[in-house]
This record gives sequence, structure tokens and C-alpha cells, in this order.
Amino acid sequence: MSTIVVDHLSKIYPVAVKEAGFKGTLTHFFKRTYRQVKAVQDVSFQIESGEVVGFLGANGAGKTTALKMLTGLIHPTSGRVEVAGHIPFQRRSTFLSKVTLVMGQKQQLIWDLPALDSFKINGAVYGISDRALNHRVGELSEMLSLQGKLTQPVRKLSLGERMKAELLAALLHEPNVLFLDEPTLGLDVNAQVAVREFLREYNQRYGATVLLTSHYMADITALCKRVLMIHQGQLIYDGSLDRLVDRFSPCREVKVEFARPYSAHELSVYGDLQDVEKQSARFLVQQEGLTGAIAKILADLQVVDLTVSDPPIEEVIGQLFQAGTVAG
Amino acid sequence: MKRVLRIMKTFATVYYAYMVEYRAELLLWVLSGSLPIILMGVWTQAAQRSDFGLSPVEFARYFLAVFLVRQLTVVWVIWEFEREVLEGKLSFRLLQPIDPVWHHVFSHVSERLARIPFAILLIVLFFVLYPTAIFVPNIATIALFFLAAGLAFALNFLIQYTLAMVAFWTERASSLQEFWFLFYLFLSGAIAPLVVFPQTVRTIALFTPFPYLINFPASILVGLPVNLIQGFLVMLAWCAGFFALNRWLWRRGLKQYSGMGA
Repeated sequence: MSTIVVDHLSKIYPVAVKEAGFKGTLTHFFKRTYRQVKAVQDVSFQIESGEVVGFLGANGAGKTTALKMLTGLIHPTSGRVEVAGHIPFQRRSTFLSKVTLVMGQKQQLIWDLPALDSFKINGAVYGISDRALNHRVGELSEMLSLQGKLTQPVRKLSLGERMKAELLAALLHEPNVLFLDEPTLGLDVNAQVAVREFLREYNQRYGATVLLTSHYMADITALCKRVLMIHQGQLIYDGSLDRLVDRFSPCREVKVEFARPYSAHELSVYGDLQDVEKQSARFLVQQEGLTGAIAKILADLQVVDLTVSDPPIEEVIGQLFQAGTVAG
Repeated sequence: MKRVLRIMKTFATVYYAYMVEYRAELLLWVLSGSLPIILMGVWTQAAQRSDFGLSPVEFARYFLAVFLVRQLTVVWVIWEFEREVLEGKLSFRLLQPIDPVWHHVFSHVSERLARIPFAILLIVLFFVLYPTAIFVPNIATIALFFLAAGLAFALNFLIQYTLAMVAFWTERASSLQEFWFLFYLFLSGAIAPLVVFPQTVRTIALFTPFPYLINFPASILVGLPVNLIQGFLVMLAWCAGFFALNRWLWRRGLKQYSGMGA
């Protein structure tokens, strides 16, 4: 059963335009001009229960706007959204009790009080009994290794601890749909790994559906089998992460070490030669001609060692964002 | 019902803890509300020289009551709400299965509880300095006063929260409050009791919600003439009107909300 159904969803914002300088300011004051920004355009997808899906896109691609429509914070201009059997914008309490949103750059905890006080508020709001609340706080703080940190004011916590406490607050009501917007933003590598591990464990333990955006590809590769890619408000890819790399990065990197030096001229017939250094060389070879090229290298040249690897995923995604013209 | 009680109790205790976290700030807030005490000095001096219909001691008592009413009814929800909308913090509140207004209501109520000990201290200090002004109202008057002050707080909150809804459409809703405050200051009885105003101004003022916010409860406490039944009915009517307007703007505003910066 699909937990999330998005059907031809669009959101258009009016944004006031102001030119620089004093004249621009005056015009802006007396006669305001607006530009219609198409933040999300005709996006459709479905996510099954228990899936962990990565939501990729450059800054301003429309990820956060889409998440806001999925959580019912903003009203879609057109199209249909259904999450856990509800229309999000109606904000029924049965819907709100099933979902959560974590934003890496925003916090819901009360800054001047210990996190435990904020948890009490959430407990009362979601109607969690004191016993269940204590149990869940205990369980989640153990999973997040936050014991002993919850009684000091939130402002005294480190960024990593605060993010973990935010996660704890967001998950107290045991939501089964999680929307995570940059949950590891600004965290150091250890804290990133801890949050990632926690999310994986939470997903397995509670069978929760997760939609995650992140600029750290490591988050996506560690957690998501499937990714959605959005570019200028449009969905340009929906499928497995592996296929994304295969499909949009048709080249492989081949590194060869030779028994004797060859000239660049001699080597250039075997592939797109990237660099030559004494007795080693690096080629980029098209996926479809890979085996042929390797066989030819091995047959013609005196090879000591040969390795084939994928280019780093960050580079692939980066190239995709720049190109932006990929057909889904 | 049990859930509502639990929410109320939890909100009240947590927000009370929040309000007493910064004790010095709280004392400063109480002191910043002491404009009525200054005005009291001005008016008692003036009343000694010419006749305004009230004796110097009556003026002193009136402004002391104004001070108390201000302490009980001060509202700042528009600044908080505007910030929440502009910074996108409203998003978190909207995701909880409870109307976000309750957070504001309870932070105001808890602040009141935290503020009152300081206010009482100031009143005691005043009586020590000015013993002729000491008066002890009877129980019924005190009960009526707290009822009127409670209703004045509700009305003040409803008005400001309604103005705050404008934050959905413009980034500077609080400037509306500054404008509104001008009329409030003049017509509420904060600067002078309504009985010293010319008859026409008084008649006009009574058609607005302002005099019910300060003059009405303060006059009840010090025993100045007021029409009790009419006063309470008018307050309830204004409350109902602003409540309806507020809910209407809230529903329309949410469609407009873009969760900026979030």
C-alpha cells in the first residue's frame, strides 16, 4: 500500500522583485512587481510503506516546498497529495499524529529550558501517557546516546547533541511517516554517522516510511535504495540509486600500471586518456565498450595491474544538477 | 477532558519554568509597566490645584489600579507570532495536533503568575510611601475586579492576536500594533481616567473596545461609577466579534502561509 501518493502536484509563489539602488527601492515602495515562481511543477510519485527514499536536488530545486506540501504546511496550487490516507493540508489530528518533520536548520525545542521540558509538552499534546513517555524517552535517548544530556538547557548542548534531541522530540509520538530535511546539516562526521545509524535502526524497528533530503551523499547512499531527483521544480528521475549512477554516468574509470613506459600517443587509441605518469595511466571508458577496451589493453600492452572503478557519486550528481536536462 | 487538563497543567508548568528562567528580566518588565505610577504623580499634583472631579487620593488609587490592570492584561503575542511566521517557526506548531494559539495563551498566563509577586511588592512599597491612599475593597468588588481584568486580558489578547494574523500577508504586522497602541493609550484610560474626559470624547470612547481594557476594571476596583452590566455585555460582544474575525483570518492566512526560511 502506498503511504505517500503525489499526483500532478504544483506550487506557484508570487515573489516581489526589487531592483538594486535607490530608484529600485522607490519603485518597490510605490509599485511592487511580482514574479511568479514555479517552485514545484507537475510532480507525481508514490512511496510504499516502510520505504526510505532520498530526495535529491540542488538548492532551490523545490525539495523543501514539496516537503511542506507533503506535511500540510502549505497549500498546493494544484494537484493532489495524500499521506497515510489523509489530505495533509486539512491537518486532522489523526494525520498529524502519524507524521513528523525534522528540519536541520530549524529547531522546535525551547531554547532556554532542558529538552525534557519540551518533551513533556509534546507528550501532553500527543496524548502520550507519562509512563509511555518515560519509556520512549529512555529508549530513544539510548539509541541516540543522549543519556544525561536532557536535563541541561538546550542552549548548552553541542550542535550534534541538539540535533539528536530534536530528532528525539520529533519521534516521541512514534510517527510512521518521517520527513527529514537535511537532518545532518552542519554536523561533524561522527555525529552524521550516529544520526544515520539511528535513522536506519528506527526505520527497521518501527517500519516507518522515510523521505529524506540531504546534501551529504553519504546519507543518501547509506540509507536510500530509491531516490527522487528534482530540478527546477520538476521530477527528473525516480528509481534506484544504482541505476541512477549507471544511467547518468556512462563512463568508468580504468587505471593501468605497465611493466614499461608508453607514450601518450601509443596509449590514446585505448580510450579517453586522462593522464599518463611514467608507467601508469588513467582512462575514461564508455560503459558499453568497457570489456573490449580492457581485453585490448591486456592483449597489446605489458600490464602489471589494472583497476576499474565508478566515478564518485558526488561528481555524477553534480554533473546531473548542472546539466539538468535528464529525461526521467 | 482529562487530556485537556493534562495539556493545561503541562503547558502551565513548563511555560512558568520558562518565564522564571530570567528573573532580572522579569523585574525589568514589571518596572517598565510603571508609567501609571509616573502619571499618578502628575495627576495628584494637578488635582491639588484645580478641580478635575476627582480628589488627589482618588487619582492615586485610580492609577494604582491602572498599574495592576496593566500587569494583569499585558499582551505581546503579535511580536511572537510575527517572528514565528517570518522565521518559519510556525511550521513546527502547525504540525502538532493542537491549535498553536494555546502555546501563546499559556505563556501569557504563566508570565502573569511569575510577574505578580513583583507587582505586589511594588504596590506594598507604594502604600508605605503614600499611606493616605491605602484602601481595602470588599470581597465582592475584588471578585468583580478580577472578572473584569480577566475579560480585559482576553479581549486584549484577542485583538492583538487578530492584528497578528496580518503577518500572513505582510512582513510587518507589528507596525499595525504600534498604530493601534496610540488609540489604546489615549482612549483606554491609561493616561487619564475616562471621567475627566469631555462628554463627547467619553461617548465616542465607549463605542470602542479601548475603555474596557483599562478604565472599566480599574474603575470597578477603586469604586468610580461604572455601568456594570452594560460594561460586561459590551466586552463579551467585542470578544465574540474579534474571535470570529480572528478565526476567519486564520483560515485564510494559512492558505497564504509559505513557511518562510523553513
